[in-house]
Parts: sequence; structure tokens; C-alpha cells
Amino acid sequence: MQGLDFSIVPEYWPLIGKGLWWTVVISAASALFSIIAGMGFALVVLYASPVVRAPVRLFMWLFMGTPLLLQLFLIYFGLVQIGIDIPAVWSGIIGLSLHFAVYNADIFRAGIASLDKGQTEAARSLGFGAWQTRFYIVVPQALRNTVPAVGNMMIALLKESSIVSMIGIAELVHSAQLVISETYRPFEFYLTAAALYYVLNLILEAVLRGIERKVELSR
Amino acid sequence: MDIALIGRIIPVFVQAAWTTVQISLLSLALGLAVAALVAALRLSHVAALRFAGAAYVSVFRGTPALIQIFLLYFGGPQIGIQLEPFAAGTIALGLNIGAYMAESIRGGVLSVDRGQMEAARSLGFGEGQSMRWIVLPQAAKLMIRPLGVNAVALVKGTALVATISVVELTYTAQRFIGSTYKPFEIFTVTAVLYMIMVYGLTLVIDRLDRAYAGEA
Repeated sequence: MQGLDFSIVPEYWPLIGKGLWWTVVISAASALFSIIAGMGFALVVLYASPVVRAPVRLFMWLFMGTPLLLQLFLIYFGLVQIGIDIPAVWSGIIGLSLHFAVYNADIFRAGIASLDKGQTEAARSLGFGAWQTRFYIVVPQALRNTVPAVGNMMIALLKESSIVSMIGIAELVHSAQLVISETYRPFEFYLTAAALYYVLNLILEAVLRGIERKVELSR
Repeated sequence: MDIALIGRIIPVFVQAAWTTVQISLLSLALGLAVAALVAALRLSHVAALRFAGAAYVSVFRGTPALIQIFLLYFGGPQIGIQLEPFAAGTIALGLNIGAYMAESIRGGVLSVDRGQMEAARSLGFGEGQSMRWIVLPQAAKLMIRPLGVNAVALVKGTALVATISVVELTYTAQRFIGSTYKPFEIFTVTAVLYMIMVYGLTLVIDRLDRAYAGEA
């Protein structure tokens, strides 16, 4: 038994801090893309012609039924074998975005379906076209009503972004692993990484609460 | 699509999927036990116990499951806990999902009308008796769906133990993608197996929910 020694942690802060920064960047980018793509999927599933709808449905079904880690392996190690070479960081962002877009799409679909039909009817009778009505009337209201549910997905996304370390992206877990390979102190540095995720999580929750309050006021 | 390859690898992948099922069931059992305990702590009258329960939930839900697995498997030996990958992965997954399931259980108990407890108490049931015979049977029905969502997430979450080289489905998929250069064939076989587990479980939960929660 080696015993614990946390006094060496500060010495490696520059590397850990860099990893922390990349975790924030990758999570924020993936969150944004997952919301945009999720709304796109939801609109396709609800309104597009069956020819477009069927493949999107199949894709959603596939991605909901399989683990993120497997999806990342497919995108990063799989696609390169058929000549599609996506850099690790983008593979990670694409994988995270698509994985959560599928869940967001489900939330948005339910959010749109639960809107009062009168909203669409009123907009149409005021002369809005079908897609104009969807973009200006339906989507904004659905986005507002689904803030809590999508927020929970973003909290999950932040934590699951740790999985992209497995395809070699230098985020927080990966930096911790680098330091550990040098210091042989896994407990200290994984615990440090966990603590940093915990703090990020608290910050994200506070931000989401702020957004929820704002949205609540705008009703 | 290389059909011959798919035919050749299926037995290996079914074997790996069986390992995934074992990990899922074992960590589900551990998770439920942890969850029952933590939910009881969170519903206790003693402030210190309530705090302990809340702290458990907050810590395990506030940090990534992947790090929890690494902490136990790689960090464990430093504090005298030496585990095989399979055991470390299963225990870490169980402790993690236990925090989520505790909230599902607590939510079920709290959504039973307070009047049920009050009525039972006024009829002479003790507090434990009221909980056991009046509140919990009603709460159990309300827990089926949220616990089911947790269980489905757990099945997908078992992929994480591939990172500590437990030879389950995702680990096997990664190894075969590396050695066969046929990513789509491998992904198809793996995805089908995961979806049988995930959507099969979803079906079971739907059935249970309809059978029991419908009458609540």
C-alpha cells in the first residue's frame, strides 16, 4: 500500500488546468450542436416526408440503443478505415453532439407535440406559411418549455464528455492520466479531476437555474 | 457488408454480450441495495443521516461514472482495495447507479399523498408499519418507470468498463474494429446486441408499468 499524498497535486496544475479548459470547450461546443441538431431531428421526425423521416428515425433509434463509448469508437477508429479521417477532437465533439442530439430531439418532439394547436392555427390564419409558423411560433415556444429537460441532458453531457478521453482527446481525464503515468498516483489525480467536475457541475446547475428563472419570467 | 465475417464473429459477440448482461444484473442488484439505503437516509428524521444521504447522491451524481471506475480500479490499491477489473467495474457502476436510483425511490415515496401516512398513523399503525404496509406499496408502483429509466442507462453505461479491459461487448467491438478493418460489420453486430438488451428491457418496463401503475 502506497498511501496518499496530495501535496504533489499543485505542481501539475498547468496540465490539469489545460485539460479542464478543454473539457469546458468540448462540452460547450457539443451542447450547442446537440441542441441545434436535436431541434433539426425533431422537425424532420414531425414534419418531413417519409423518405427523409425514415433514415433519421433509424439513426435516432440506433444511437439511443447503443453506448456513447461504442459510438465514439465507430467514429474515430471506424471511419478512418474507410478513408474518413476526422481529427480526434472533432470526432469527440461529433460523437457527443449526435449522442445527445438524439435525446434532445425526443424532448423537443414531445415539447412541440404538447403545444396548443391553436398557436399554429392562429399563425396560419394570420398568413404565416407552414415553415414560417414552425420557425417563428412553434420552435421558440418548444425551446422555452423544454429548458428544464434539456438542461438535465446538458448536465449529463458535461459528465459524459469525460468519455472522449478514450479516443485520446487531451481533456480533464486524459490530462489526469498523463500526470498519473508520470507520478503513479492515480487516486490523488482522479480524485482531483472528480472534484473539478463536481465544481463545473455546480456552476452549470447554477447557470441553468438562472436560465430557467428568466424563461419563467418571460411567460 | 461482409456477411461471412458477421457469421464468424457472432458467437464471440454473443459471449461478450452475456458478460454485459452479467455486469448489468450484478450492478443493478448492488445499485438497488445502495439506493434503498440512501433513500432511507434521505427520508430519515435525523438531520445528520439526511445530510449523509444527500452528500452521497450529490457526489456520485456530480462526477463522471468513468472517473468513479478509475478511482476504484486504479486508485483502490493505494488505499488497500485491490480488485479484479470485472469486480471493480461492477461495484463502481452499482455505487454510481445507486445514487440515481435512490432519487427515483425517494421521488416515489414523496409523491404518495401525506394523508395516507397520517390516516395510517391515526388508525394506530406505527410509523414503520405505516411505511411498510401503506406508503411503500403505493410508492412502488410510481417507482417502476423512473427505476426503469435508470436501469436502461445502466445497461448502456456498462460499456465504460471496457476502459479497464473487462472483455464485454464494447471492448470486444473495439478489438475487432482494430483487427478486421470492417468497422460497419462490427458496429452492426454490436449495435443489434445492445439494442436487443436495451429495447428488450424497455419493453419489460413498459409492461410492468402498465400492469401495476395503471391501477394506481
